[in-house]
Amino acid sequence: MNLNWFTYSAPINFYPLAGRMITPFALLAVLLIGIGLYWGFFQTPDILSEQKQYYRIIFPHVAAAWMSMWLYIVMVGWALLGLVFNTRLSFMMAAATAPTGALFTFIALVTGAVWGKTSWGTWWDWDPRLTSELILLFLYAGYMALQSAIEDTRRSDRASAILAIVGLVCVPVIFWSINCPDPNQCASLHQQSSLEHVESNILIAMLLTALGFWMYSFAVIFMRVRRIILERERQTSWVAELPEVGGGL
Amino acid sequence: MPDLTLEFSNLEVQRGDRLLFSRLSGAVSSHELLFVKGENGSGKSTLLRCLAGLYAPDEGTVCWQGQELGRLGEEYRRNLLYLGHLNGIKANLTALENLRFLCTVEGSVHGNRDIQNALHKMGLAGFEDVPARMLSQGQKRRIALSRLMLSTAALWVLDEPFTALDVHAVEMLQSVISAHLENGGIVVITTHQETPLTTDSSRTLWLGRQP
Amino acid sequence: MIRVFYAVLLRDVTLAMRYRTDVLTALFFFLIVVSLFPLAIGAEKATLRLIAPGVIWVAALLASLLALERLFADDYADGSLEQMLLIPQPLVIIVLAKISAHWLLTGLPLTLIAPLIGLQYHLLPNEQWTMMLALVLGTPVLSLIGAIGAALTLGLRGGGVLVALLILPLYIPVLVYGAGAVAKAMAGVADISAYFELLGAFLILALVLSPWATAAALKVSSE
Repeated sequence: MNLNWFTYSAPINFYPLAGRMITPFALLAVLLIGIGLYWGFFQTPDILSEQKQYYRIIFPHVAAAWMSMWLYIVMVGWALLGLVFNTRLSFMMAAATAPTGALFTFIALVTGAVWGKTSWGTWWDWDPRLTSELILLFLYAGYMALQSAIEDTRRSDRASAILAIVGLVCVPVIFWSINCPDPNQCASLHQQSSLEHVESNILIAMLLTALGFWMYSFAVIFMRVRRIILERERQTSWVAELPEVGGGL
Repeated sequence: MPDLTLEFSNLEVQRGDRLLFSRLSGAVSSHELLFVKGENGSGKSTLLRCLAGLYAPDEGTVCWQGQELGRLGEEYRRNLLYLGHLNGIKANLTALENLRFLCTVEGSVHGNRDIQNALHKMGLAGFEDVPARMLSQGQKRRIALSRLMLSTAALWVLDEPFTALDVHAVEMLQSVISAHLENGGIVVITTHQETPLTTDSSRTLWLGRQP
Repeated sequence: MIRVFYAVLLRDVTLAMRYRTDVLTALFFFLIVVSLFPLAIGAEKATLRLIAPGVIWVAALLASLLALERLFADDYADGSLEQMLLIPQPLVIIVLAKISAHWLLTGLPLTLIAPLIGLQYHLLPNEQWTMMLALVLGTPVLSLIGAIGAALTLGLRGGGVLVALLILPLYIPVLVYGAGAVAKAMAGVADISAYFELLGAFLILALVLSPWATAAALKVSSE
């Protein structure tokens, strides 16, 4: 099958394709997240202390945090494609990705706070990694705020694309400065993500849940981009004729 | 002067929900005047902005001397003078200061004497050192139009240049445009004004529905 | 190109001097904000010294943010910005000139006034110098990054608050190291050169990258 990618960059062709892909991804999402949750909560060793049982919430926390960062990169990728190739659909995909990325950032923050409560006894500790997630939430919020503040779609797409790209360039610097506020004592950079030390069952749960989250993201983003397509292309004849829009009469 | 040409082909612009124009093509060369006409909202200003390189059309290209605008960059802007709805004049600078700044950044060689002459010709004698905010709309417009006399650009793209001008200034502007065309320049213009600018070498481009 | 740079710089400074209110407003805002904290938290010397680096820097950030609206909004409204996009010179030069003018009118005065605040917060002379050096390195970065936000939000409703939401996260590195430098100096740490090296690096990075992003944003906003 000769797949011409540029055919699918036209909303009229992408719309049905996206539609067909939603169900399989949704099913995979339910499956993987279900297994991941089960594994994480029931297959991991118990800890004697009553409170510390909730340590397990670390695995959806880490999975959600990963997703929040990956989706930002994906969003910037679409924005870049849009700016370079001037394809409307790329901008629509970027706009569709943002809310899901923000959602995972929020989940990461909430689960992180719960974990913090069980580990250190406080809901919020300005822990560098959680603080970085908070900043990421602000970046998503800024992106979505700019999009909704600009009425003209074309300007809105391009302006938020520029913002997202600038954000991505700044993110490493921002995260680094939060994690390492004292440059004289920066050896602690490698304290993070020492995955080797994580108990293997938790790791499996993390990976499964992360994969499930990816499937969920695909499904939801495709649903959202279809809605965006309907909204933006509503003046065209092919949209007017779609059954869900009440056409073909 | 060598023969200069501005060409646009297959231009399409969609603004919001509306398709302003599509498959729009044309060309205009030295000594020629192009009138762009159409009802309000038919996309005249947008078309002029596409020709000036301020707005990238959804489809189609604009070429100067056979080369696309995007590729030419600075070189095209050197040959272009665009006056839109807004004057581009700072209210807190005097007429003289405004024009001196614009001449400097355009790289033109005009000194104060030339600028003052241009202002005089546009009927602003005695107002050179007044902050622009104290002048009327028409007077501010005339400061902007003084640039036409100081410019070495071959292509003039003027969006409703006659707005807010009195009869005398309108005549002045018409003669300036005619002189420019005679010298081999190109003018693309939109205007509601009924004007005797229509010469043998002027053409009209209608956007939207023709009445 | 240099000639154009100076022409734009001079123009912006001249315009600001003719309408001095804008420049002074940002400065007074800075002074008012830092005066609020002793009123709210108490004027005990030890407390003030503790919060001084953070307060001064956050106030500088906010004052900078406030002044950003002035950067392009006026030119956008009267059509001058449009004309600047059509000048046969690289847009980045013009952008750099405008940002430089903005810093001369905002960041530099802030830096020069800061010692007064330092007195209010009981800073010692050597700590004052550290603070001024940090500000002189950091405030240009604030202008450079802020310019991107100002360019993106031209002509939008709710511009000021929106710019804040977009730009404040990006200000964090400058805040962390700028305030950190002063805090360390006040804690008696001898070698804080690493902070200044970082701030200097940020400045160079911002000088190189920001004008491009700002120019792109201006083109998008001017369509």
